[in-house]
Amino acid sequence: MPDKVVITDNTILDVKDLTVEFNTELGVVRAVDEVSFKLKRGKILGIAGESGCGKSVTALSIMRLLPKPVSKIVQGKALFDNQNIFDLPVTDMHHIRGKKISMIFQEPMTALNPVHVIGKQMKEIYKLHFPQLSSKEMRDSSIKMVEKVGIPDPEKIIKKYPHQLSGGMRQRIMIAMSLACEPDILIADEPTTALDVTIQAQILDLINSLQKKLNMSVILITHDLGVIAENCDDVVVMYAGRVAEKAGVKNLFKHPRHPYTKGLLTSIPQLAKHSKTILPTITGQVPSLMNMPHGCRFADRCSLTETVCKKTTPQIKNIGKNHTVACHLA
Amino acid sequence: MVILEVKNLKKYFPVTGGIFLRRTGWVYALDGVSFTLNQGETLGVVGESGCGKTTLGRCIMGIYNPSDGQVIIKNRQISKFNSKLKKKLALNLQMIFQDPFDSLNPRHTVKEILEEKYIIHGKKSRSLNSQVYKLIERVGLTQNDLSKFPHEFSGGQRQRIGIARAISLEPEIIICDEPVSALDVSVQSKILNLLLELQNNLGLTYIFISHDLSVVKHISDNIAVMYMGKIIEIAGADTIYNRGKHPYTKALLSSIPRPDPESTRERIILKGEVPSVENPPSACRFNTRCQYVENICMTKEPELFKNLKDPNHLTACHFFF
Repeated sequence: MPDKVVITDNTILDVKDLTVEFNTELGVVRAVDEVSFKLKRGKILGIAGESGCGKSVTALSIMRLLPKPVSKIVQGKALFDNQNIFDLPVTDMHHIRGKKISMIFQEPMTALNPVHVIGKQMKEIYKLHFPQLSSKEMRDSSIKMVEKVGIPDPEKIIKKYPHQLSGGMRQRIMIAMSLACEPDILIADEPTTALDVTIQAQILDLINSLQKKLNMSVILITHDLGVIAENCDDVVVMYAGRVAEKAGVKNLFKHPRHPYTKGLLTSIPQLAKHSKTILPTITGQVPSLMNMPHGCRFADRCSLTETVCKKTTPQIKNIGKNHTVACHLA
Repeated sequence: MVILEVKNLKKYFPVTGGIFLRRTGWVYALDGVSFTLNQGETLGVVGESGCGKTTLGRCIMGIYNPSDGQVIIKNRQISKFNSKLKKKLALNLQMIFQDPFDSLNPRHTVKEILEEKYIIHGKKSRSLNSQVYKLIERVGLTQNDLSKFPHEFSGGQRQRIGIARAISLEPEIIICDEPVSALDVSVQSKILNLLLELQNNLGLTYIFISHDLSVVKHISDNIAVMYMGKIIEIAGADTIYNRGKHPYTKALLSSIPRPDPESTRERIILKGEVPSVENPPSACRFNTRCQYVENICMTKEPELFKNLKDPNHLTACHFFF
């Protein structure tokens, strides 16, 4: 099989040319277009971008949770454990999802089942992945897990329903559930967007410390570049379904090369600057997925645009150690 | 010149339960808030969910009737106004809402949305069309957009329509309730720029409510930090950032993620969560989460103390002011 490629370096997940299409009433829409990145063992990879750039779709494709039949992975591979996740039969995927790769969702209220107590929902994971355990062992492991994410009085909590807990607590439960099987990879899709800043700091601190303890690899998806800067090792910046720039976190924030990355970084209001100054902005709007421009998708909004930008799609260029950019002019 | 004064404003919502929906308690959404606002300035109100910042905006607007306290606009007290006077007041006081998807009528065109205010307030004149044209261009949209419906616009453009509607009657005060929270960063910066430009050109006074301290800091002259229905610190924007005193303000500042991977600042991670507003802690409301808590914090409620060097810097803490 051509897909049996042994990954020798410390890459744990290698996504290559991932392309996802959605069938909508108005036609086929390409939400993700030739996205490639590597996740290293024991590192946190950030995926940044604005709404509709395809970051969540990328995560859902890796989990094989894309809505069917409207969406389809038309191209690409995701190599994990020497196998292509996208080729696996559904039954094999059951053993990977939740056990080896798990996910935390943005909205902890809708991700938990409202009619079951927390304990029962946690037990489900053990029932699926460790059916040999006794009911008491499952209960004990659930309690231990809930304790690990910093919830006081875990025996009481697992008897509660999701609506009886606060947003921060629910997100902790989500984290406890996703880490119950000590997965190799954790995908966190905007895990703190629905939370207040002080709770966000607690949750990110928790993810960070558990990541180090378990030596997990994490994909952290967020629109908040501050969260990326403080938590990630590597960053992928996405724009309109494509990768714009990939780099180590220090490099990206210090020497951004793609005009979109530069624009994003300068348009954030910064605490250290004087108030009431005009912020730099990116002109125009993100193009509609139905109607993508030819060539570089950022060309219409870029201040440096030349004729080549409107004609050909920029190839991913290597411009330094661990730093690639999709721009003709970088 | 003081244009707006809020004195000891309180708003309690009843909590009902049981089969007869009897009142079982109160939610203390606003519990004694006071401040003054000068013409042409921006007061930023910042705090976490449930701290009462939206209730404050709505009480000032007259959407809620305050339980106690006064709102004084240009020396006229509005909590005692009847509906006729409240309508008149709307000429001077307008609001921009958080969600540009829910706050525009989906069945009206942009033109109808913008004309409505003139019609309600009896300001319909022959020049209405040209007024609406001017208005839409003022916020960076074109005349062609007037015949469109709200769903045809992106979030940022819808917020522009919301802003056009708010400035249509040339009010002096605009209450902005989380106007950029639903927007992406690149769109957010454009809306913030538009608000600043309108303030400069029209001399508007803003109350800017947001949970995002970096946005509030960017747009405000003064900032009030709220916690559980009370203002716990109020000062100039740069003062709050550089010399914020209250332990909660400091924790709030330090938990904001900065877009700088090499930042070496110390992070204060607060323990626990905001207590229930139905059953707030006695005395200082922050005493359940504060790392400096002492006996006095459990027994005596701190008032807003003046900073010795800066009389405009008020902090509600027994130890740091």
